[in-house]
Parts: sequence; C-alpha cells; structure tokens
Amino acid sequence: MLRDTWLVFCRVMLPVLRNPVAIVFGLAQPLLYLGLFGPLLGDTGWQWFVPGLLVQMALFGTAYAGFSLLPEVRTGVMERLRVTPVSRVALLVGRVGKDVVLLVVQGLLIMLAAMLFGFRASPGEILLGLGLVALLGVAIGSASYAIALKVKLEYVFASVLSSTIVPLMLLSGVLLPMSNGPKWLYWLSRVNPLAHVVDAERSIFNTGSVLLGLAAVSVLVLAGVFYGVRTFHRESA
Amino acid sequence: MIKARGLARRFTTKSGPVDAVRGVDIDVAEGELVGFLGPNGAGKSTTLRMLTTLLQPTAGEAIIAGHDLLTDPAGVRRNIGYVGQKNGAGLDQRVGDELDFQARFYGLSKHDARRKVADLLERFELQGMEKRAVITLSGGQQRRLDIAMGMLHDPRLLFLDEPSTALDPQSRRNLWDHIRQLKADGTTVFLTTHYLDEADFLSDRLLVIDHGSIVGEGSPDELKNSVSGDLVVLGTPQAAIVATKFPDAVVDGDKVSFRIPNGDRALPGLLRDLGDLGVELHSVQVHRPTLDDVFLTMTGRSLREEADAA
Repeated sequence: MLRDTWLVFCRVMLPVLRNPVAIVFGLAQPLLYLGLFGPLLGDTGWQWFVPGLLVQMALFGTAYAGFSLLPEVRTGVMERLRVTPVSRVALLVGRVGKDVVLLVVQGLLIMLAAMLFGFRASPGEILLGLGLVALLGVAIGSASYAIALKVKLEYVFASVLSSTIVPLMLLSGVLLPMSNGPKWLYWLSRVNPLAHVVDAERSIFNTGSVLLGLAAVSVLVLAGVFYGVRTFHRESA
Repeated sequence: MIKARGLARRFTTKSGPVDAVRGVDIDVAEGELVGFLGPNGAGKSTTLRMLTTLLQPTAGEAIIAGHDLLTDPAGVRRNIGYVGQKNGAGLDQRVGDELDFQARFYGLSKHDARRKVADLLERFELQGMEKRAVITLSGGQQRRLDIAMGMLHDPRLLFLDEPSTALDPQSRRNLWDHIRQLKADGTTVFLTTHYLDEADFLSDRLLVIDHGSIVGEGSPDELKNSVSGDLVVLGTPQAAIVATKFPDAVVDGDKVSFRIPNGDRALPGLLRDLGDLGVELHSVQVHRPTLDDVFLTMTGRSLREEADAA
C-alpha cells in the first residue's frame, strides 16, 4: 500500500518535474496578492496577512486539483489503473500527495518572498505553518478528487468549485478581519471551519492558541479523506 | 480460464431499471482466442467490465484465471491483462514512463520492469519512442502501447475491448497480427468487437450477444454453416426458368440468387442439370455466408445496419 502510494505519487509528479514552469505559474497569484494587496495593510500588516495568504493558497491550490483527474477519467487512464492490483486508496492518496508537496514548496517560496517585504518567521514557525497548511491541503485535495470523479464534467466541476470556494474564502477572514464587520457576518464566519484554520495559522506566526484551528483541520482531514476514499472505492471511473 | 454463470447487470436509471446483461454463461478454455460479437449497446462492454472487476455484477458468479470474481477481485486483477476501449496512457506522460509505472504497479522490481519494458517496446514496434510524449503518438502506436501496458506482467488471460476501433486499415491489420501472435505465444485472449471481419479473422470461437443475452456460439465456420447454405448467384437471360427450380430464389434482372447447402460441392452437378434444361449461363458466383448473415439469422437484424446507424 505504501509502495503503491509512492508509485502513484511518482507517476503524477514526474510530468510536473519535467516541466517545472507550472510551479512558477502557481506562484503568480499569491505573488500578486503579496505585491499588490499586502502593502495596503501597512508595515505591520505582514504578520497578519501572510498566514492568511498561505491558507488561501492551500484552498485554491488543492481545490482545483480535481481538474487534473478529469482527462484521465475521460480517456481510459483511470480505468486502466483500476484494473491493476494497485490499492484504490493509493490512487487517491498518491495524487493528493503530489498536490500537497507542491503546495508546501510554493508556501515556502511565498514566505521567503514575504520576508523581503518585512514578514518575520522563525524556522520552527515556518515548519508549523506549512504543516497546518499541508493538512488543509490533504482535506481539500481529497474532497476535490472525489467530487471531480463524481461530476465527471469540467463545466459542472468548475461551477461546483466557484460556488463553494469563494464564500468559504470570503467568510474565512483571509483578506480583512471578520471582527471589523457586522455581528451577523462575524458569527457566520465562526461557522466556517476555514476561519478557525486561518486564526490558527496567524497564531503560529504571532501569539494565540492554535487548538481550535487544529481541531477544525483535523475534522476536515477526516471528512475529506473518508469521502475521497469511499468515492474512489465505489465510483466506476 | 473463464467460467461465468448467470452473470447479470441491472442499471437503475431515471426511466426505470435497465437490464444491460441478462444472465450470461461464458466458458473460455486456456489458449483460446474468443470473440464476443454484438451490436453497439448489446451488453458486450458491460459483460467485459464485470469480468475484469470494473463493475460489480448484480447477479451471477465467475472464476477468472483461477480466482473468484466476487470474493477475490484482487487475485483476478493480478492475473489478467485488460485493454479498454479508450486509450489507457496519460497524454502528459512519456511512453517509457507509463510502461515502467504500469510494470511496477503489477509488482515488478525496478530491474525486472526495465527488462520487460524493453522487451515489449520491441515486440509492439515502439522501440526508440520511450522518450516521446504519449500525446505525439499516432492512433495505431497508442493502441499498441495500450496492449503493451496490458502485457507487462505476462498475464495468462488478456481482455481486449474493441481493439481496432478508430484505426486506419493498415494499423488495424498490424494490430491483428500482434493479437494473433499473443495467442501463438500461449495467451488466452477474450476480445469484444462489433466488426464482423475482425471477429472472423481473429477468433477461434465466437459468442454472439444481443440485448444482453448470448444468442449463439461456435467457431466462425460453424456459425456460418448454421445459416442454411451458401448464396449462389447466376447470371442468365433465362433467370425466370432457373427461379422455378428453387423455392426461395430471387430474380433481379438477368441475375437469379438462391441458397443451397455446401454450394461449392453442389455447383458442378447443378450447372450440368441447368445445361441439360438448355439454360444459358453468363456468370456464376458462390458466396459463403458472412457473419453478418449469421447475425441476421440469429437476431433478425443485420449487424451492418446497426453499425451504419451508430
């Protein structure tokens, strides 16, 4: 099973490594936020903004992962893989692994770039911060592949994504503090597990408790992986 | 190699249940090349997907390559090769990488995989293409790559789903040669097709499926012999006179056609008799029944019409 997962991981990672330009393109959006939005928050804003940006990267980076599965479902690739003795779980986890590794690399690069602007972080904080983001990536990536496998059509998948990701992001307080808004909006954001993950990520690089965020991300990982594994077991691709 | 009993699949759709396959029995002996023939939508692919663990049967049971389909699907997967209807190699992958990973998925060591991949590249005329991206291959090359991917673990049983669909005639012929070679090397092959010439050329034995049930079985020749006789077409100015001698004769201008058993042997005597009657003959043709005639006899529909309609 570990061997299977490793093989599936290598199979999807290899084209990325052969053409690493894609990683750079993945950095374009967070870099734009860093350069064109970050300065609006003033010199003291970086400690607050960069952790949120990392969570946003995890959200956008892995939610779209399912798109890479659709051509493989439409051609016979998934079917071919499903007839091999490879574990069904490995077919999912190997792919999610690729997305999470890419996410961690990109997150690290963004943090290093942010340091040029004035963001401060110790190696330990960086490690913890990336760890939390990676867990979120596992949860969202698994769910993304499962949903892609279910809906099978690009345009349906795209509308599922845009109708879930944007509200999740807006209600997470990534861009502006939710406590600035009216009470009802604040309480709405408290229902969004992502908001707690953002809070925890900020606590890592400042002060405060990460417990609630860690609990939220654990629930998300369990739910996402459970849903993903179940779908990969059931769905005839 | 395959022993299936009462294998059935019912799909639940919005307009009610659909019985795609209604309980088929399939027996395939070791070393056989069996063709599974039927029009589009007859249940061929559904049956194949059940036999290869891709789809759970709603009823029935099967032993595939020595393993129980229902209780040991992993055992079945280890021992069969499957080449689906659509191309199985990732378009963003390199030919060599896909073969290598496929071998490793079947548990081969790095070293064994490399040796096996080199062997199959040569066998399927893909040498020198290891570094090519799959997307740059021609249709025939992709198809050969698919079959190579199905053979990396030397399965004793290989399933092919519509192997030659969308190939040009030359690639098709080339593919057939490769499939026959597999059989010559001792692999049991089970293939689906809706092409009569393919079924005729490749198969030792045919199963004919229509509307989810098997309606006929036998070697291509046996099935053709089951159609009552060969078609004889005579060109003669006295077509009407000839027609009176054969109850089912059809006259079309100066041509008359009718069916007689064993036409090739019956013809000399027949021509002598007609000569004694003073019938003048311009041309003589004898047609062995085609599998299309077989299909027509068994199902009342022509496979060719189905193919044209599709």
